Amino acid sequence: MADKVLMKGNEALAEAAMCAGCRHFFGYPITPQTEISAYLSKHMPKVGGTFLQAESEVAAINMVLGAAAAGVRVMTSSSSPGISLKSEGISYIAGCDLPAVIVNVQRGGPGLGGIQPSQADYYQATRGLGHGDFHMIVLAPSTVQEVIDLTFEAFDLADLYRMPVLMLSDGILGQMMEPASFPEGTGRTLPEKDWAVTGTQGKRKKNIVNSLYLQPDELERKVMERYERYDAIKKTEQKCERFMMDDAEYVVVAYGASARVAKNAIVAARAEGMKVGMIRPITLWPFPVDAIREATEQAKAFLTVELSMGQMIDDVRLACECKKPVHLCNRTGGMIVKPQEVLAKLKEISGGAK
Amino acid sequence: MSVVFDRPKALSPVSTHYCPGCTHGIIHRLVAEVLDELDLTGRTVGVAPVGCSVMAYNYFECDMTEAAHGRAPAQATGLKRANPDSIVFTYQGDGDLAAIGTAETVHAATRGENITIIFVNNAIYGMTGGQMAPTTLPNQVTQTTPYGRDVKVAGHPVRVCEMLSTLDGVAYAERVSMDTVPHINAAKKAIKKAFQYQVEGKGFTIVEVLSTCPTNWGLSPVKALGWLQENMIPHYPLGVYKDIGAEVQK
Amino acid sequence: MNHEILFAGFGGQGILFAGKVLVYAGMLEGRQVSWLPSYGPEMRGGTANCSVIISDDPIGSPIINDPAILVAMNLPSLDKFEDLIQKDGYAFIDSTLITRKVERNDVKTFYIPATQMAQDNGMKGLANMIMLGKVIRELGVMDMESIKKGLVKVIPERKKDMLEVNLKAVQMGYDF
Repeated sequence: MADKVLMKGNEALAEAAMCAGCRHFFGYPITPQTEISAYLSKHMPKVGGTFLQAESEVAAINMVLGAAAAGVRVMTSSSSPGISLKSEGISYIAGCDLPAVIVNVQRGGPGLGGIQPSQADYYQATRGLGHGDFHMIVLAPSTVQEVIDLTFEAFDLADLYRMPVLMLSDGILGQMMEPASFPEGTGRTLPEKDWAVTGTQGKRKKNIVNSLYLQPDELERKVMERYERYDAIKKTEQKCERFMMDDAEYVVVAYGASARVAKNAIVAARAEGMKVGMIRPITLWPFPVDAIREATEQAKAFLTVELSMGQMIDDVRLACECKKPVHLCNRTGGMIVKPQEVLAKLKEISGGAK
Repeated sequence: MSVVFDRPKALSPVSTHYCPGCTHGIIHRLVAEVLDELDLTGRTVGVAPVGCSVMAYNYFECDMTEAAHGRAPAQATGLKRANPDSIVFTYQGDGDLAAIGTAETVHAATRGENITIIFVNNAIYGMTGGQMAPTTLPNQVTQTTPYGRDVKVAGHPVRVCEMLSTLDGVAYAERVSMDTVPHINAAKKAIKKAFQYQVEGKGFTIVEVLSTCPTNWGLSPVKALGWLQENMIPHYPLGVYKDIGAEVQK
Repeated sequence: MNHEILFAGFGGQGILFAGKVLVYAGMLEGRQVSWLPSYGPEMRGGTANCSVIISDDPIGSPIINDPAILVAMNLPSLDKFEDLIQKDGYAFIDSTLITRKVERNDVKTFYIPATQMAQDNGMKGLANMIMLGKVIRELGVMDMESIKKGLVKVIPERKKDMLEVNLKAVQMGYDF
């Protein structure tokens, strides 16, 4: 582990992508992901990489598809309205079984919305970022160090499972600085990209990168194969942090920036003698269902803390099979939940301070 | 016995799905002949569009991808930037290139992206059943202009080569036609030059090929060729619109 | 010790820079730190603020809603944040640009004519460092040596010759 540096989350993500071997970036300007593009436009040329500002989000994601098809590590970043534009290309990337990393530094919506931090793209990220039956792996860092570590992980997972991986960040994580360091690498052995379209050189049969299957039985088979892969991912890739969970009776579930706010509230609640803990999903897809299910036994109630009108709450309800009440503490539109609000909600659902 | 006619090696030994009398087959063959003659097949990645030639990935022997509607130039940009040694071409129809993909086309061109576009213009949407294309002629009847294209309502057709030739990134833009054998021979020369320029790293090259759609025009293949001659060529004059190689020679 | 400091002022006053110097210094001391700027559509002349936390414990939220310590370098910032300062908190006021007094009487307040001092001493644009010097002195956040290390990190290579004058400004605030 190298020395600690202070970096904005967005810059750390950009640097981590380069450290992970990404040499191709295609993007389009949008707040609050700007630092990612700015950083890469400065540093990519120094290592012979490609930074290209596309004419639109739509073009950028299709450039990503092209570069991914050629077998290189490639990334694009945007913020909520731009991600909507990318959804077409993301669906094609999934349908072509290509690895790519897409970053969403979320802002408030819908429409042009605002530019302040938000988590209102949870449904979009985890349910269907594009048309058709498919998933993408969704990673949700909560610290700048995790931004770095998960960026490495994102490229690995994309290559390993040949699918798009979404880094779901937000304006707070993107803009904040805290100490972090860059690992050497992950040391994972990854499969050869023998499917890439780099020219046959007259030595092999041609490769085709395609998502079109006009015979319904063939398309069904392709989709089902993909879902078998998704099932394997659900078994092996669920990730979460358990915070003060040992004797927790009230379980906060929060990810990303709102998990940081929730931590303050939990520490305060513990100081008042309340048995509160947190499960912080690190993978939003696959959702850490196992951890929630396990906690369902000990929990009197769950509380999700979200910067949206309550989206992840559905996944918590599904995971605990509605066996325990699931409450919501939220702000939206770019407003940030305060620790005091979370604490008040915890007191409310637990029937007052113990 | 000597072979006087053979399938180009760059063309896959399969039958195409194109309608009888459609000129896609000829254009595929011309591209394949050029890949053979320049010995490029092993280095080439082709990008198929959405439209009648959506399954072009089955017809060429080089590596192929299939793009979203209109996005072929963006995908080609990614392919080429990731692997600059490869030869990248897109094969696109008029709806794909000049309507939904206008931005991708114009910007790939103005960036001087070192790729080749084969642009097949037959003034109609074929695959979806004969709707108005951006290149549909004034007063031309289509499924969505049943009274003829009224330019006051539907606007004017786009002249792609003329438009792109104004851009500095374009190395070569020529409009050719499939209506006669001499024109087909000229088309092959143009396609060859476009690929040659890409090999030399000259920049963006496009060959616009005026083509027919007997099925959706409601004409026999022969009459369709006549319609192309009488109606399309006057509106879309053939010729070289930009050639930086020729400019240098001047 | 846990310090939650909100720096606030106009864009261009070096608000974000002052915060950066402090967090770098804190990090080099091996403490937990976070820095979070406000951001908005205006690029110049708008209000700017940043939340700086220096702590011995892991930091949860990097957002400071109600600052224990407010460093206000213009009137709109004081107007906006005065009511939010925690009881028994601190306010550091650039009294060159803020002519009114802090109305709260449960807040310990320091008035520093930082902008005037910077001007008088040929340190134009370094009122932020003067304010920073006063803050570390009064609160014992960290010593000058750490601040110096922080400055070395934050000042870009091409502006290296600015290090001495920055340090001088911090010292001037420290001694005020």
